[in-house]
Amino acid sequence: MINLVPRKEIPLSLTLTTTAVAVALTLIAGAAIFGVLGYDPLAALYQFFIAPVSRGYQVADLFVKACPLIIIASGLVFSYRANVWNIGAEGQMILGAMFSGYVALYWGGMPAPLLLPAMILAGVLGGLAWAMIPAILKTRFNTNEILVSLMLTYVAVLFIDWTVRGPWRDPMSFGFPLTPMYPDAGMIARVDLPGIGRLAQLHWGVLGALVLSVAAWFILRRTMVGFQVQVMGDAPRAGRFAGFSPALVTVLVLGISGGAAGLAGMVEVSANIGQLQPNISFGYGFTAIIVAFLARLNPLGVIVAGLVVALAEMGGDAAQIAMGIPKVVTGVFKGILLFMLLAGETFNRFHVEFRLPGTAARAAATAATKESGSV
Amino acid sequence: MYEELILTVLMTSVPLVYAAIGELVVERSGVLNLGVEGMMLMGAVAAFGVAMISGSLFLGVLAGALAGMLTASLFGILVLGFATNQVATGLALTIFGTGLSGLVGAPLIGKAIEGLPQISLPVLSDLPVVGKLVFSHDLVAYGSVVVVVTVAYFLKRTRAGLVLRAIGDNHDSAHALGYPVLGVRFAAVLFGGMMAGIGGAYLPLMLTPHWAEGMTAGRGWIALALVVFASWMPWRVLVGALIFGGITIMQLAGQAEGWTIPSQFLSMLPYLATIIVLVLISGNREFALANSPACLGRAFHAGK
Amino acid sequence: MKKFIKMMALTAAAIGMSAGAAVAEPLKVGFLYLTTPGDHGWTYAHELARQEVQAHFGDKVETTFVENVPEGPDAERVVRELARQGNQVIFGTSFGYMDPMLKVSKDFPDVKFEHITGYKRSGNMATGNIRFYEGRYVQGIVAGMMTKTNKIGYIAPFPIPEAYQGLNAFAIGMREANPNAEIMVIWANTWADPVKEADAAKVLVAQGADVMAQHTDTPAMLQTAEKAGIHGFGQASDMKEFAPNAQLFSSVNNWAPYYIEKIEQVLDGSWSTGDGPNHWAGNTWKGMADGYLELTTFENMPANVKAAAEAAAAKVKGGHNIFTGPIKDNKGNVVIKAGDALDDGRLWSDVFFYAEGIQGEMPG
Repeated sequence: MINLVPRKEIPLSLTLTTTAVAVALTLIAGAAIFGVLGYDPLAALYQFFIAPVSRGYQVADLFVKACPLIIIASGLVFSYRANVWNIGAEGQMILGAMFSGYVALYWGGMPAPLLLPAMILAGVLGGLAWAMIPAILKTRFNTNEILVSLMLTYVAVLFIDWTVRGPWRDPMSFGFPLTPMYPDAGMIARVDLPGIGRLAQLHWGVLGALVLSVAAWFILRRTMVGFQVQVMGDAPRAGRFAGFSPALVTVLVLGISGGAAGLAGMVEVSANIGQLQPNISFGYGFTAIIVAFLARLNPLGVIVAGLVVALAEMGGDAAQIAMGIPKVVTGVFKGILLFMLLAGETFNRFHVEFRLPGTAARAAATAATKESGSV
Repeated sequence: MYEELILTVLMTSVPLVYAAIGELVVERSGVLNLGVEGMMLMGAVAAFGVAMISGSLFLGVLAGALAGMLTASLFGILVLGFATNQVATGLALTIFGTGLSGLVGAPLIGKAIEGLPQISLPVLSDLPVVGKLVFSHDLVAYGSVVVVVTVAYFLKRTRAGLVLRAIGDNHDSAHALGYPVLGVRFAAVLFGGMMAGIGGAYLPLMLTPHWAEGMTAGRGWIALALVVFASWMPWRVLVGALIFGGITIMQLAGQAEGWTIPSQFLSMLPYLATIIVLVLISGNREFALANSPACLGRAFHAGK
Repeated sequence: MKKFIKMMALTAAAIGMSAGAAVAEPLKVGFLYLTTPGDHGWTYAHELARQEVQAHFGDKVETTFVENVPEGPDAERVVRELARQGNQVIFGTSFGYMDPMLKVSKDFPDVKFEHITGYKRSGNMATGNIRFYEGRYVQGIVAGMMTKTNKIGYIAPFPIPEAYQGLNAFAIGMREANPNAEIMVIWANTWADPVKEADAAKVLVAQGADVMAQHTDTPAMLQTAEKAGIHGFGQASDMKEFAPNAQLFSSVNNWAPYYIEKIEQVLDGSWSTGDGPNHWAGNTWKGMADGYLELTTFENMPANVKAAAEAAAAKVKGGHNIFTGPIKDNKGNVVIKAGDALDDGRLWSDVFFYAEGIQGEMPG
């Protein structure tokens, strides 16, 4: 039987220890799985975690892959801190990509320096608008935001499919579902430093993601808005006594997380693909949820967590190329890692005591006798 | 022609009924398990693998149930033993189950088995129309109705069912009365896993007898929506599953008939319908309060 | 004596080393797969061809493949990685790899890129394709002769040129054999989703189809056909084991001759992107005549149908252009005039119609 006693405070050293243990246990479990499947465990772990970044340009690619995760997760942190469970980041990302795509394709003639900012704004608006649906439904009708945001993801996937195959399809693409390419002014440039040149796929959006993460941390930890969000999540009754409005906070955090997801959608398409295709969602919205939890809902931690998750994904490719390990192993890894970290969180928040059923009763009785003082 | 279509709808609904009724029991006890998709896939791959190796479909179904249960136990230990966040743990379970099923199922791809046999009742199966629609399904399909009836009876008319509901509505009071909150919840979670496993098993055993990665294609999530759609009442799960299955098939049939609505919009219908129903149920406060388990998703801590 | 042995050993070693040096480094060839070979369809055919390539060239070639590569930025990363790892030839087996490969081809001018089913090329990126629609023509003829209800079911993927080429070729063949047969089309909007394909197949059966064809990849449709006691055609690989009584024959993609020819061109230095027939049809677009598309044994059909099928196949192999006018659409408009025939370019741009015999309206 497990007995949980809440801790009064959580020392940082404990958090780091549990995280380290969780990661170590995941590696051991992963190695065991590889061994059972017949692969060399150490070689496989190397392929997963070291090989993908063993060369300089690969580190750049790592940041590029982590970029959308960091952006989305920075927004999700707000939502989850307030106990509002936005699961629809994937759909919000798609809407953001669509809104910014609209600007690029139909208003692409505007003065070049204005196009990218306009697209960024459109991207944020798209994601925000899509997130407003669960927000309004929750505040007005008390509808569960988990299910609404999730259903809307499916709707969004179908919506972009129809749009790209239909009204927005490039007439020059022989019926293939592709929009025309975005104008050059609408593309996020690859980083091209004098003397170093380009670094694989590295683009300026990555820098934006890092800045966003820091900004999110600042807002959450150092502003009144952030304080409200945290209070409504940790102690909603206290928050209401203090005059904070649950409805307002709900709308706010869904707006922030939706807008961030929309921005990520815009960045991904604009930096890497350059046009809309029916399938631009690669699961980033869901992966970002894991990143947010891995980061312990801390916006700065999101950077590290995003890099770790991106590494595991790239590792899946590397392991496949080098050793023929099936891609699906990545999902198993991520799942185990998340399990371990979630359990680790318990060790952070509580003293965990393992007791035999009988002893619990006896201990309680002894404690009760002591409390009532000597007879 | 409509007979065949209705038959298809009925069969398509079976996995949804199982998964949803299982999750209904879990949620009634106050736990939210978002990992239904992962559990269904584990059930599917286990069922197909065992059926292929042993040649016995019955063993396959059993294996599916067991696999679902084992997967659910992971969730149960974390959420009930370690009080981890239910939403995150459920999502992790989905990711884990999807990945693990793909891994285990890799050598199974490209193999085929015979589907579940349809039963044939002496006179009833030969009745026109009704005979085929009602009396000629396979045992697992009939089992889904039996499970719904059993769960309805259990929740409404047995003491154990009452205890489960009480725990879902107010776990502190239930604990004060001496009921084993965590134990009951764990049992519910295992039951939910078993049902999801059987629901998942139906896909490669009956609907399309071979294995493909991720073949549930989101049915687990639809099952979750179904539970809310049914406002946590067992009979409504049956109706809801039929509606959802119906819309899916209608979208395909509409195309074959030559409807000009873009297929994507037709495909959106089940999801939009769920949202609308969600709003309608939740908007009516008394109705919602009367039926949704008040403690859904909240962790229970003894001694507080 | 010792010294002698030592000298012999050193000499042997020297000979061994120089012999090793004389053997050239194997040519590294990389393959990108959208799904896994286990899909028993599209990617499976590519994987079989790759294995044939490896066997054919032995030590001269070293092949690598990466599976489950999603189209988009991940594809670009994988292609780049393959190029950096020294692969001299890279085959991309899905349309969506087109732009990622194009981008990487600019950064690696010495690597040869072959993109399958696409239409963009560069100085070092060529395209390759199979005339899948040729098999459909034969399928159509067989379907027209086999159907008793005059209703044929067709599960189509996405409304792209390739799908229309196949659907229309099927309809043209079907109407040649049977002027009364009608095709019911369901656009599944997927390349492979077994449950959806099974559902679509059941719907088509419910509406009276007794012969079915598919342009999607899994055996689900054939399994449904087998259960319902009707017939169907397999796709991309032989699906007989899934439907022994239902499968009439299967159109099998044979990529090996294409791969081998391209690799040989690279090895002897004659590889080039050339001019192709028309830039969108790509450099290589071959069909049954060259063995790129193969039809499995004709089964489960009476002798006269088999003879008609063999005659049709021979006709196509002999160079018959299926899309020769006059061809009307299902509303009666002439879409290909008498005396006119679609050339490779127009097979991509002018193929968006529903030929006579196809029910309904085109999507979108």
